[in-house]
Amino acid sequence: MNLVALLAATLVTATPLLYAAIGEVITERAGVLNLGIEGTMYAGAFVGFLVAFRSGSPWVGLAAAIATGAVAGLLMAFLTVTLGVNQHVSGIGTTLLLIGASEFTNRLLFGSGTLQQIHKFSLLFKGVPGLEMYLLTFLGFAVVAPLTWWVLRSTGAGLRVRAVGENPEAADAAGINVARTRYAALVVGGMLMAVGGAFLTLAVLGTFTLNITNGRGWVAIALVIFARWRTWPAVAGALLFAVVDAGQLQLAITPAFAHVPRELLIALPYLVVIGALALAGRGLRYPGAYLKPYRRT
Amino acid sequence: MRLTPRTHVPRWLTPLLAVLALGLTLALTAGPIRLAGANPSAAFNYYLLRPLTSTYSILEVLLAAIPLMFTGLAALVAFRSGYYNIGGEGQFIAGAIAATAIAAFLPGLPALVALPLALAGGALAGALWGLVPALLRVRRGIDEVVTTLLLNPVALLLVQGLLNGPWRNPETGFPESAPLPTAYQLPRLIPGARLHAGIIVALLIALAIWITLRHTALGLESRAVGLSPHAAAFSGIRVERTMLKGALTSAAIAGVGGASQVMGLQHRLTGEVSLGFGYTGIIVATLAALIVPAAIAAAVLIATITVGAESAARALQLPPQMGRVMTATLLLVTVCIVLFRRYRIVGWRRILRRRT
Amino acid sequence: MSDPTPLVALRGIHKRFGDVVANEDVTLDVLPGEVHAILGENGAGKTTLMRILYGLSTADRGTIEVLGRAVSIGSPKDALRHGIGMVTQHFALVGPMTVIDNVLLTSSGLGPLDRRAARERVLEVVDHLGVSINPDAVVEELSVGEQQRVEIIKALYQGAKVLILDEPTAVLVPQESQALLDAVRRLTAEGLGVVFISHKLHEVAAISQRVSVLRHGRIVSTMPTAGASPAELAELMVGRSVAAVLREERRVTTTVTADDAPPLLKVESLSLAGESGAKPLLHDIALTVRSGEILALAGVSGNGQRELADVLSGVRRPTTGSVTLDGADITHATPRGLLEAGLGRIPEDRHGSVIPDLSVAENLVIEELDRFRRGPFLDHAGIRRHAEVLIERFAIKAAPQDRIGGLSGGNMQKVLLARVLAREPKAIVVAQPTRGLDVGAGEYVHQQLLERRADGAAILLMSEDLDEVHALADRIAVIFEGEIMGVVDAEQTSRADLGLMMAGTRASDLPSPDRQAPAHPSRGASEPVPGEGSTP
Repeated sequence: MNLVALLAATLVTATPLLYAAIGEVITERAGVLNLGIEGTMYAGAFVGFLVAFRSGSPWVGLAAAIATGAVAGLLMAFLTVTLGVNQHVSGIGTTLLLIGASEFTNRLLFGSGTLQQIHKFSLLFKGVPGLEMYLLTFLGFAVVAPLTWWVLRSTGAGLRVRAVGENPEAADAAGINVARTRYAALVVGGMLMAVGGAFLTLAVLGTFTLNITNGRGWVAIALVIFARWRTWPAVAGALLFAVVDAGQLQLAITPAFAHVPRELLIALPYLVVIGALALAGRGLRYPGAYLKPYRRT
Repeated sequence: MRLTPRTHVPRWLTPLLAVLALGLTLALTAGPIRLAGANPSAAFNYYLLRPLTSTYSILEVLLAAIPLMFTGLAALVAFRSGYYNIGGEGQFIAGAIAATAIAAFLPGLPALVALPLALAGGALAGALWGLVPALLRVRRGIDEVVTTLLLNPVALLLVQGLLNGPWRNPETGFPESAPLPTAYQLPRLIPGARLHAGIIVALLIALAIWITLRHTALGLESRAVGLSPHAAAFSGIRVERTMLKGALTSAAIAGVGGASQVMGLQHRLTGEVSLGFGYTGIIVATLAALIVPAAIAAAVLIATITVGAESAARALQLPPQMGRVMTATLLLVTVCIVLFRRYRIVGWRRILRRRT
Repeated sequence: MSDPTPLVALRGIHKRFGDVVANEDVTLDVLPGEVHAILGENGAGKTTLMRILYGLSTADRGTIEVLGRAVSIGSPKDALRHGIGMVTQHFALVGPMTVIDNVLLTSSGLGPLDRRAARERVLEVVDHLGVSINPDAVVEELSVGEQQRVEIIKALYQGAKVLILDEPTAVLVPQESQALLDAVRRLTAEGLGVVFISHKLHEVAAISQRVSVLRHGRIVSTMPTAGASPAELAELMVGRSVAAVLREERRVTTTVTADDAPPLLKVESLSLAGESGAKPLLHDIALTVRSGEILALAGVSGNGQRELADVLSGVRRPTTGSVTLDGADITHATPRGLLEAGLGRIPEDRHGSVIPDLSVAENLVIEELDRFRRGPFLDHAGIRRHAEVLIERFAIKAAPQDRIGGLSGGNMQKVLLARVLAREPKAIVVAQPTRGLDVGAGEYVHQQLLERRADGAAILLMSEDLDEVHALADRIAVIFEGEIMGVVDAEQTSRADLGLMMAGTRASDLPSPDRQAPAHPSRGASEPVPGEGSTP
């Protein structure tokens, strides 16, 4: 097994999960389960590709993807925070809407053939084995993750998010606007999720295909629980899943595993996550206000 | 302006809200349709009205509604018990796999035995697929949303693995199973149309659920658990047991749906046996407010939109994915509007008076 | 010598909620360096008044003055700006966060947190209080007493000059209560004012300079603590209202329970541990209710009644002790087991024991569905008939198919009553049966309980309404801080004595009975029942 290749593949595979999981950590810490994550990633991937295609620059595409993520977050916030609608249904509805809208626009603008390649993000440190990676990957591990960790831990903004997710009554009594904080968390989270999706089209594939996210959003949700809503464990979880996922590709070509069906290996990471949940799930302490809309009585 | 809980729901409110939901959905989708270069009212005509105008298309609508009835009923049963089964997609596929497997291993059975056997196998497979998340929830308190959700892609990978490997059609080489023996094909109901006996199975299941919920102790207990688990426990109901029964029944129904789809429509297993039916089933159940007859109607409604979207695509060059957009919009609009059933807005008269 | 300007003053405060007048023309003030105690029963209006002062509620009429100037207080932030801080009974703390973070929550913006500066200031405040607390401790790992201190620190950190403490020792063990009182003394020595809400006479006597007694929303008296006797305060607190006199006269005279009536419901050595470090919720409870008797459990809210009701209803498990019904051990029975043993439960939380979206008929049969089965199916006709019979018998104003969530409080209570009483239970545990009900509905409930008593049921009535206790009880047990202060004969015990017991005096320590006028002089004195209560 080529370890350098494995490392590179792992980093690439982990990047969308990292962004998505961190985005979901932020929203769940504020007390909201965002099942719109899969749709947000999908829409981020598509819009990123579309705008990059039209404009010729992946950066412009990325910006558009981020805006899309913000809009998705606003939609979820309106449904769950302002209206107090059931979070499971809102999330699934948002996912279905965003995927449907993306595929609609895709069919409208591009027909049903395969799509062209765009000018995609280039690798940093090209040619240097072990160090070669996308800027977004680098930013994810070196900037976004530490920044999120720091904000949640050591700033007033992070304090508010945590308070609102644990005990909104106490936060309200302390003068914090619970609704506004949750809106902010959902918007920021949505933006990150969209970046995760855009990475797939703008960096990895260079084009858009149907089913591009393939359930990664759901994996991110599981990772967040597995990480007990903390940033660095979520990053570690993303890496773990990515190693198994990237590893199975390598394993598939080794003689020992040639007879093992490819699909089983692909399914392995999902099963590992479920197993991890089952084992680590005992005594889980969800954020105090998880799934509960807040109404001042 | 505030929202306060209603004490009494006027009779005229529910139909009004339903109409309002539909109207708002049309209003919201009109814009994108126009941008796509089609005439909204022509589009709506194709989506909602035309499919119901000819016998042929009505039969096509009913055909498309069959899997949605199964997954919709599955979601309904689960949600009624307070269990959020989002894994209908995977359970559906599991059922399809089981039916195919039974047909492959016991090809010589007569239809009278084969059909019920394969359907039962589908039910069992669906229930097994939903077993682990259900146990994790009931025994360990682990949120079933994530566990059921994650098993969906696994089911898809399983079917792809089987079709790419041992079940690959030897004659064509495509990733699809060999055709099912005739004994395992659900009979067509009307010569010349594709509508198959799966619809009868779905309606029978709907009837059974309706009777159970309304006329048995189990049904009443499940409803109690789903509505107020705390009060139900106080009244001596065994909440965990009841929830487990609801979860497994739900998964089994989805499994029967998968079996029915394989045996009734395609007569062979393919990777596209489910087109997101599991997720759409959640929409069906939510639109129906978890009421059984309404779920059948909702399934037909969504099937109408789906069929209509296909014909609109041909006639108006409007991408058929608009059907899914419309369905998802209808869901979100409906859950917002349903709030008005439970809450009143206090003070809106005062605001209007101030403005005028 | 001129009077010092009060730190804060409430003048003419009126507040009503619908038909209920919570505060009527309340005027009181707090002087610098003083502890002003507010004494009152449940429903007297203490909490409403304090919520108004702290900005969680607004008065309909009246003014609030800070240092002589009228101010408007619309939110806790306003209150804190004016130097008014409050420690409520339910702490507004975020469990998994540290003490410092909880303090910073109220006083920081969005930017980076300066924990070092906060830590220094917190330690300063802690020093003033004379207590010790680790600023980096996680709040949910602290003892209840320590958590309370964090709440006080929060208020002082923001510069509060007046501190409102709402029943602060309700959840504290004696040592912590003492520490709290010491801290309060230190604060007032520095010129802060403290409003101390309590129903515990010994504390009020120990800590306050002035005491105001609140009853039915009015201040009945404000006096220096030094001159007030406990008996006098207790009488003022519980009082005798006209309605009470009327009700006692109208009391249904049923036969007095025979002394040889068999004991049916026995609670022995029942204890319930609190969370780690907190005092036990229930300590060594012993009660016996005989057949054909109503034993009322009286006490101010928050002294363990709810916990005891939970244990007897099968919702909570006791740490030690036993409960038997007619000889059968029901200590660890499930709700279903209790039903089958013949125990009827009418809980305090009506909404938590009915399923609001189901119909009246369905709620009536939900506990005993097996009776209404025909084969695999429910006997809908039978259920409906059963409901109709009960609706008629109990005068429930609803149709069998009505959604129970839409019923009035009174009707919902009747459904709960019907559900329990129709099974003719051997024993009934009933809590706050007439809370929130109008007079007519309340009368009806009492009637039903008395009829069951006449049929031989053993009834344990938990009530915070002394009028109700007097109208129904044969014997009265008083609970205080999770312990039974004594079990006394209802006829023989005066209001004042009950008030004292509710405020912390054991029956054995009450002033001698012949110096007290019995409640019903016509009946004459007889042997007081030896107190059961807690084992010494």
